[in-house]
Amino acid sequence: MAIVLALGLEVLWPHEAHGVFWWHHVPGFAIVYGFVGCLALMAGAQWLGRTWLERDVDSHCEEPPCQ
Amino acid sequence: MLHPAGVLLGVALVVALTRGVLQKLVLLLGTGLAVGIVLRLVPGAYGTLAFPLGTLHVLQVDALSVVFALIFSLITCVSVLYALQSGTTSEHVATLVYASAALGVVCAGDWLTLFTCWEVMAVASGFVVWHGGTARSRAAGMRYLLVHMGGGACLLSGIMLHLAQQGSMTLHPLTAGTLPSSAAFWLILLGVGINAAIPPLHAWLPDAYPEASVTGSVFLSVFTTKTAVYVLMRLFPGAEVLVWAGSIMALYGVVYAILADDMRRLLSYHIVSQVGYMVTGVGLGTDLALNGAAAHAFCHILYKALLFMAVGAVIQATGRRTLHDGGGLGRQLPLVCGAYMVAACSISGVPLFNGFISKSMIVSAAVEAHRPFPELLLTLASVGTFLSVGLKLPTMLFGGSDRGGPAHPVPRTMELAMLVNAGLCIGLGLFPHWLYRYLPFQAPYQPYTPEHVISTLQLLLGTGLGFWWCHDRFRRAARVLLDTDWLYRQFAARLFPLLVGGARQVGVRLETWSGDVLHLLRPSLPNPWLVLRIVGWRLWSVGGSAAPASHQRPEVMYNDDRSRLPIGVTILWILVFFVVMALYGLTEEP
Repeated sequence: MAIVLALGLEVLWPHEAHGVFWWHHVPGFAIVYGFVGCLALMAGAQWLGRTWLERDVDSHCEEPPCQ
Repeated sequence: MLHPAGVLLGVALVVALTRGVLQKLVLLLGTGLAVGIVLRLVPGAYGTLAFPLGTLHVLQVDALSVVFALIFSLITCVSVLYALQSGTTSEHVATLVYASAALGVVCAGDWLTLFTCWEVMAVASGFVVWHGGTARSRAAGMRYLLVHMGGGACLLSGIMLHLAQQGSMTLHPLTAGTLPSSAAFWLILLGVGINAAIPPLHAWLPDAYPEASVTGSVFLSVFTTKTAVYVLMRLFPGAEVLVWAGSIMALYGVVYAILADDMRRLLSYHIVSQVGYMVTGVGLGTDLALNGAAAHAFCHILYKALLFMAVGAVIQATGRRTLHDGGGLGRQLPLVCGAYMVAACSISGVPLFNGFISKSMIVSAAVEAHRPFPELLLTLASVGTFLSVGLKLPTMLFGGSDRGGPAHPVPRTMELAMLVNAGLCIGLGLFPHWLYRYLPFQAPYQPYTPEHVISTLQLLLGTGLGFWWCHDRFRRAARVLLDTDWLYRQFAARLFPLLVGGARQVGVRLETWSGDVLHLLRPSLPNPWLVLRIVGWRLWSVGGSAAPASHQRPEVMYNDDRSRLPIGVTILWILVFFVVMALYGLTEEP
């Protein structure tokens, strides 16, 4: 419902096209970019976290000297 | 003309000497007076002082300094109201000195004033971190100070090199002349970049800010990074390296914010991200981009302080500081939840809130400059901002079932400060010209066009759908996040025992040797001539024959009072030196 409303607004609301790049002319690009970007950020961040960045509190020494 | 930094410094002095209701009155009236003085500033150079290396302009006012001085003084007033009931006297003094030094930086017209205020700011903010009052805050404050002293050393080295090359004490853009490839350019950029928290130099920020007190975090979120943005605008407009540094830091911050569990650490990573927008604007260097950077700094200070205020109020009321402990607080703390959501909408760039009128300006400037990748990266950072601050944090903290005991009531002054700040966020969102008239450059901009509004709403909608689809993937678990500070903390952990062990061995050797030498020379210290007699006595002894009576080891004992000058003499010489320097400075023609 919200997607239809947002797309309808874009198509029906009278405004001049000021797009500079090709994606500015694609209707609904921002919805797709937001959706895909959200999933990509969540998946990417969680992969980085699991692989490198996150440690268990118990196994990580907070203050030096750390082992 | 009164210097607003001087006024805040005076307020800090009076606050240190007063207590109770009088102290609270001084805090509110004094910071309000600073706002009034900033509003009456007239462009020009004031407070000119002669100095051996050139003329100092302690108070130099132009459109750029006014917009930063205005928001600094305004947020100091609101934050003092927030801290009125829970802050201690020493914390009030530290925060006022910190705010005063930040105002000193944005009003400085020369290198020496800038550097002096920069360093005072670093020390005062270190004290603010220490007021967290825990072992973690003491350790984080020390790391914070070490990093900032290192940054200050880089800045000072760059300034010295620059003065040696150019000879002018006046601040001016370093991107205009032949400097960009020089060591001075890079050293100054490095010094300022540390304060701007540009990765990988940013780790001090999420390390220290969450460890301060709930009121200290509000002040910390305001000044250090934004003074750095101001200095970048003053010295490095149009530096290409900043376009990429800013775009990457905008994204870097949100990736960490998605993973963060500590609420204030999450918000700290979002400072890194939001400052990335400003740094990109400075790098683009067009009038619209620079206006966008200044406007975004203004709006960011308001909504970020409000975010820290709301989260601080939660910590104050419940003692819970992590998301895995949160849940169900929206019903217990409705006003705090409402204030938080205003700030969350602002930082996410929702139309009718202040983030929309400033963030869209920088993205539009990237589009106008035909820079596709910065536009896409900044838009993706907007997605991450809404995801973590607008959806993840409120869902886990205020939504769901209650996971802890009842919350204590939040002090009235805290609630009032949050209401005032929320009103400012909404007011600027509804009436952007209130802010736009203070912007430093002539670059007309209209935020509420159909394209901007529709594309922003679509972006937020897409992000919301993505979150709704897989929000259960956010884990409720206490985790430690490694960042670039891991490198120097590990390095220090290995270097520390080596240095301490080495220094201890050298110390023992020196102590032994110096003890032997002192023991040998002790009798002769009041009378150096006796050294010859001792040496002669030693030579006679080595020769195996008895020394004559005149060469026997003397029995004169060392006497402190006969052999050393009083320390007062040293202090006298230092005073004489400063008086001569001051007289020289005052008599020099400007």
